Amino acid sequence: MNLHEYQAKELFRAAGMAVNPGEVARDPGTVRALAEGYGGSAVVKAQVHSGGRGKAGGVKLARTPGQAEEHARSILGMTINGLVVHEVLVSPIESIASEAYVGVLVDREGQCPVFMVSAEGGVDIEEVAATNPDAIHRLRVDPRYGLLPHQAYGLATRLYGDPALARQGARIISQLYDVFVDNGASMAEINPLISTTEGQVKAIDAKVSIDDNELFRRAAIAALRDPASESPADVRAREAGLSFVKLDGSVGCCVNGAGLAMATMDLVKYYGGEPANFLDIGGSSNPDKVVAALEIITSDPGVRVILFNIFGGITRCDDVANGIVEAVRRIDIEVPLVIRLTGTNEELARKILAGAGLAAVASMDEVVQGAVRLAG
Amino acid sequence: MSIFVDGNSRVVVQGITGRDGSFHTRQMMAYGTRVVAGVTPGKGGRDFAGLDGRAVPVFDTVADAVAETGADCSVVYVPPAFAASAIMEAADAGVRFIVCVTEGIPVLDMTRAHALARDRGSRVLGPNCPGIICPGKTTLGIIPGRIVTPGPVGLISRSGTLTYEAVHHLTRAGLGQTTCVGIGGDPLIGTSFVDCLAAFAEDPDTEAVVLIGEIGGTAEQEAAEWVSANLDIPVVGFIAGRTAPPGTRMGHAGAIISGSSGTAAEKTKAFEENGIQVAKRPVEISGLIGEALGR
Repeated sequence: MNLHEYQAKELFRAAGMAVNPGEVARDPGTVRALAEGYGGSAVVKAQVHSGGRGKAGGVKLARTPGQAEEHARSILGMTINGLVVHEVLVSPIESIASEAYVGVLVDREGQCPVFMVSAEGGVDIEEVAATNPDAIHRLRVDPRYGLLPHQAYGLATRLYGDPALARQGARIISQLYDVFVDNGASMAEINPLISTTEGQVKAIDAKVSIDDNELFRRAAIAALRDPASESPADVRAREAGLSFVKLDGSVGCCVNGAGLAMATMDLVKYYGGEPANFLDIGGSSNPDKVVAALEIITSDPGVRVILFNIFGGITRCDDVANGIVEAVRRIDIEVPLVIRLTGTNEELARKILAGAGLAAVASMDEVVQGAVRLAG
Repeated sequence: MSIFVDGNSRVVVQGITGRDGSFHTRQMMAYGTRVVAGVTPGKGGRDFAGLDGRAVPVFDTVADAVAETGADCSVVYVPPAFAASAIMEAADAGVRFIVCVTEGIPVLDMTRAHALARDRGSRVLGPNCPGIICPGKTTLGIIPGRIVTPGPVGLISRSGTLTYEAVHHLTRAGLGQTTCVGIGGDPLIGTSFVDCLAAFAEDPDTEAVVLIGEIGGTAEQEAAEWVSANLDIPVVGFIAGRTAPPGTRMGHAGAIISGSSGTAAEKTKAFEENGIQVAKRPVEISGLIGEALGR
């Protein structure tokens, strides 16, 4: 789960970190008033879960309160990478002497948190990694000891030659590690971490992603979820416990297991079709999940056929068949269903489907070819 | 031969009295797995009614179970909030091979669990994996026994049901398996493709290997390089997620293309460059293995 910049900054402040001031606003009038409070000039930043906000025109500097209001008017309601901006963060303008990058995330290979720091901040760090990899310094952290003081200082000296700045940087790097661990983050990043012309080091941007698997034990963090940033289908899928990703094709897919679901999408493409979604109904075969899955898929107007691919192991084919029959009874499905069921209780499943006038095939290639043909 | 476990493996089930734990314990016993103990804190001293009423003693701690029964392997079916702790408990009790089926364990919990297991010399399979099955001998986890059959093929996969799909075709083509290993769909897993390949390389009965990968991370690329440098039996690969959009998690916590890294194209290329034949569809896997083995 991604947090907004202003939410991430609240976590930073709670850890005692030096962060530039800022307030969230939802209308241009408030933005104007906030700019007045900051002495007239301000930076207005769109709060959406997307990178490239600056390039998209979602970050603007204002020299007067009137200009701030104008910027707010253009940013609020704009769309960045398909996401509508409902909120802006208003902050005073800083006098920047240097911009650095500091981030921590989970390193798959090392199976531990890894810090990445670079004196070249304020730009896309992936670009730095691609064009000038030596400018990024990495440090793996042993999760049992945490980030040790000398390690934080060592990282900070990569950013600042001046010991006074390095000491401030080390403090912020330690605080970032605390935020990362204490909130169950999968990634926490400051870009840029600035030093001001007055010799202060502070975070002026913040990006934090929370590990979804942590949310069950972190109610306060879970409450930061922004429903406006999710589509109704995503919300419905999450509530029903389904893994769902919307795509742009016409073949709706309902599969058990993530790997098989991906392989099914790939096979749709192989036979010349386009998958409308990724959807994993999971290991359990609760009929309600099947109903929810069908509701989600049919809510997409682009879907012209729905394909079931079930390999019953733990999942019992008869349970899925019952779910399909139940769903067909409860909701109005206007597109054809093509079904592949094999494995546990396959014969029983076929009988259940036949009772409702539905048929199933036994092979994955057969069902996918049928679906692609029906999608036209 | 099989890898990691065999018919003599003595298994303790962690979470044996839970819904999943009790169901799969009976399934494992039906396949012939030697389930010697169960652990559920607070329920020690009781018996679990296994298959056909065969009693399995339940202990409060893994250490007690190991001391009393000589269990050397465990299968973890406990909920996500307690699963990392269960892995660490098993490692601390000297269990050498720990299969963790649980999906949804916080990643930071797993950084500590993997570190401790490494220190204790325990191998963790998973988490978020279907387990391991040695056809005709034993099964630890949830892979359905009836889709496998003994034979010369080793299979390694990050996925559950996609593994079943591939094994199903192999079995129908008369290509049995030495061992099928589901290494798990999480970003941090205890046993890698390379660990499994190294074990298959030592097994004289394994004549070919199937590698089923997916988007996210670089484990397939590392496996490909290892195969090219170390393995002289044929390997057939498959990669799921060619149509997955970047930056989006595809069900498995580890199945995500980050930036431009971890794509199916990159992994397929690594396979092909290192002499691994790549199946474009799951159904092609058994054909390629059959050809490689001259059958």
